[in-house]
Amino acid sequence: MTQAPHTPAEPLRHEEQQLLRAVAGSMIPASPGLGLPGADEPAIFAGILAIAGRDPVAVREPLRLLQELSGGAFAALDAARQAAVAAEFRVRYPDPFLFLVNLTARCYYQDDRVMRSLGMETRPPFPLGFEVEQGDWTLLDPVRARGPIFRDAP
Amino acid sequence: MNEPVDVLIIGAGASGAAVAWSLAETRMRILCLEQGGWVQSTDYPSNGRDWESRQMTDFHYNPNIRRRPADYPINEDASPIKVANFNGVGGGTILYAGHFPRLHPSDFRVRTLDGVADDWPIGYSTLESYYAENDRMMGVASLAGDPAYPPKPSVMPPIPLGKTGQVLGRALNGLGWHWWPSDSAITTRDYEGRAKCINLGHCIAGCAQGAKASTDITYWPEALRARVELRTGCRVREVSVNAEGMASGVTYYDSDGIERFQPAEVVILACNGIGTPRILLNSKSALFPDGLANSSGLVGKNLMFHPYATVQAYFDEELDGYRGPHIAIWSQQFYETDSSRGFLRGYTFQCNRGTGPVMNAIGGMRTGRIPWGEGHHAACRRLFDRMSSTAVICEDLPEECNRVTLDPVLTDSSGIPAPRIEYRIGENTQRMAEHAVARATEMYVAAGAYDVHAEFPMRYAGWHLMGTARMGRDPARSVVNEWGRSHDVKNLFIVDGSVFVTSGGVNPTSTIQAIALYVADNIKNRLSNLFD
Repeated sequence: MTQAPHTPAEPLRHEEQQLLRAVAGSMIPASPGLGLPGADEPAIFAGILAIAGRDPVAVREPLRLLQELSGGAFAALDAARQAAVAAEFRVRYPDPFLFLVNLTARCYYQDDRVMRSLGMETRPPFPLGFEVEQGDWTLLDPVRARGPIFRDAP
Repeated sequence: MNEPVDVLIIGAGASGAAVAWSLAETRMRILCLEQGGWVQSTDYPSNGRDWESRQMTDFHYNPNIRRRPADYPINEDASPIKVANFNGVGGGTILYAGHFPRLHPSDFRVRTLDGVADDWPIGYSTLESYYAENDRMMGVASLAGDPAYPPKPSVMPPIPLGKTGQVLGRALNGLGWHWWPSDSAITTRDYEGRAKCINLGHCIAGCAQGAKASTDITYWPEALRARVELRTGCRVREVSVNAEGMASGVTYYDSDGIERFQPAEVVILACNGIGTPRILLNSKSALFPDGLANSSGLVGKNLMFHPYATVQAYFDEELDGYRGPHIAIWSQQFYETDSSRGFLRGYTFQCNRGTGPVMNAIGGMRTGRIPWGEGHHAACRRLFDRMSSTAVICEDLPEECNRVTLDPVLTDSSGIPAPRIEYRIGENTQRMAEHAVARATEMYVAAGAYDVHAEFPMRYAGWHLMGTARMGRDPARSVVNEWGRSHDVKNLFIVDGSVFVTSGGVNPTSTIQAIALYVADNIKNRLSNLFD
């Protein structure tokens, strides 16, 4: 690896954006039953696109590999076939697969609607924090009763 | 040329802060050069809704991914384990979990007790008072009476067990194995101007509350009040020597990229196990053609990482999830050597709570537990808040083939050669990890988990950087002596994880800082004949 001088990369082209959107919607589809949007919903996808736009080069390679596995038309496949291709993608190209998963999940799972549906408050951890129970400290009594387990050494 | 200083410290992280604070009482002129800057508590991810997301970008612990301006690249192509660090005031303590175990007495006598590696020239008793002093300075929460250790004082109450700690504690009791709440550099009560932990749950990406002890909020405020000077944005290229073979100062690039020379009477390296050998190897001269302080040829060698295994388990019941310190309890049941296990030395279980929704989804999809497409939502809900993981910290024995060198091509943005890592996992460690994964699986099954899986090694888990400028009495087999002074250059000291002779099976920060305080005390006590 080398640290190359930074040159602005070509932004994602329209067809690449469309493919990325199809990938996001295929990965995390809407759930009418749960009242949840898919990851291709405009507000969520705008977040995905914003992150993808910071490093288009990094996005292109996973998209290319996925397209290749799909015979060149991932977006045109039905949902079951897309899932099958994605399963193969995960096994054959784990890092590119993980890249697209990271990109999608980090935007989807910070959306208010999604957080609410998981029972979360729609806020950052700070400054309110969270409650965690102390627990039962008498659970340590048997550990104490067994005595020291370290080896002494001069 | 800058005005000379008495003591020049390179690096403002765990050890640089501790040694600066300790030496401040001498009233010498002390300067610390740090290539990064200050991190404001308002910058930490847990201030925002994208708290999990930013752990993958500007707060990622791998510098090749994080790529902040202060970061230098590392060629880690020849290592299955990737480096974790942070370049800024506080260093690695900015992005660590605050898990704060000490080494054990037996860790200092590895050759004597187990016939492998080497003994340290110092022992647990040498560092005991420094461990305690460091616990007070950092603000360590713990429960006295851990049977895995000699008695040690507690500064404040331990972090909560929570649901996770109780579920695992009951299981470990059933197995008859040791466990204890983790010693944690996290305040559980208001302490020395720091507010107590409010369970933000994202310690490893920096603590917005200031409850986690990073040295920018523990040692540094004290050191600065005592008139230590800290210059940020200053990237050191090399240490220079004079005709007598003494360190004369360092060449660095300031925050404007201007090359400067800083003269000093004493130079202290505190850049940890990758940064310190990098500077030494880059400090070549007619007197030291193989790099500074390298007459033994051991600078950069014996790199120890602590290869981590991770065991993750899913439960039917809800656990702590993303709430609370990530760390919860530890087990050191298999820490001390038992040769019937098929390996020497041992390991610690660092039993953790869960993750937020983003990491839940990513982890589930990566391992195939959460499908792409149909079934995604149902699977996500089944796993969310019902996971615990255990990081197994395996002792890594020193091997000279595991090393840091200078990359012939790759450089940082100042043109300084980048470090190159060559590392392989030893056979003893491999067997140890297999044993540990089996035992952790046993623990989770006993705890009622319905799904347990393991990975070894964890790839982005090179948090612990040790051994690359080891301590010893024999100049042919070590780089620094038993109190941290270079054998070759009598006004050059090293106080970071580089000086570890062996790694133990615990997180090293507590020991790194105890060593820094110990070396500082030796400097103070020997001022009249420091260079003899």
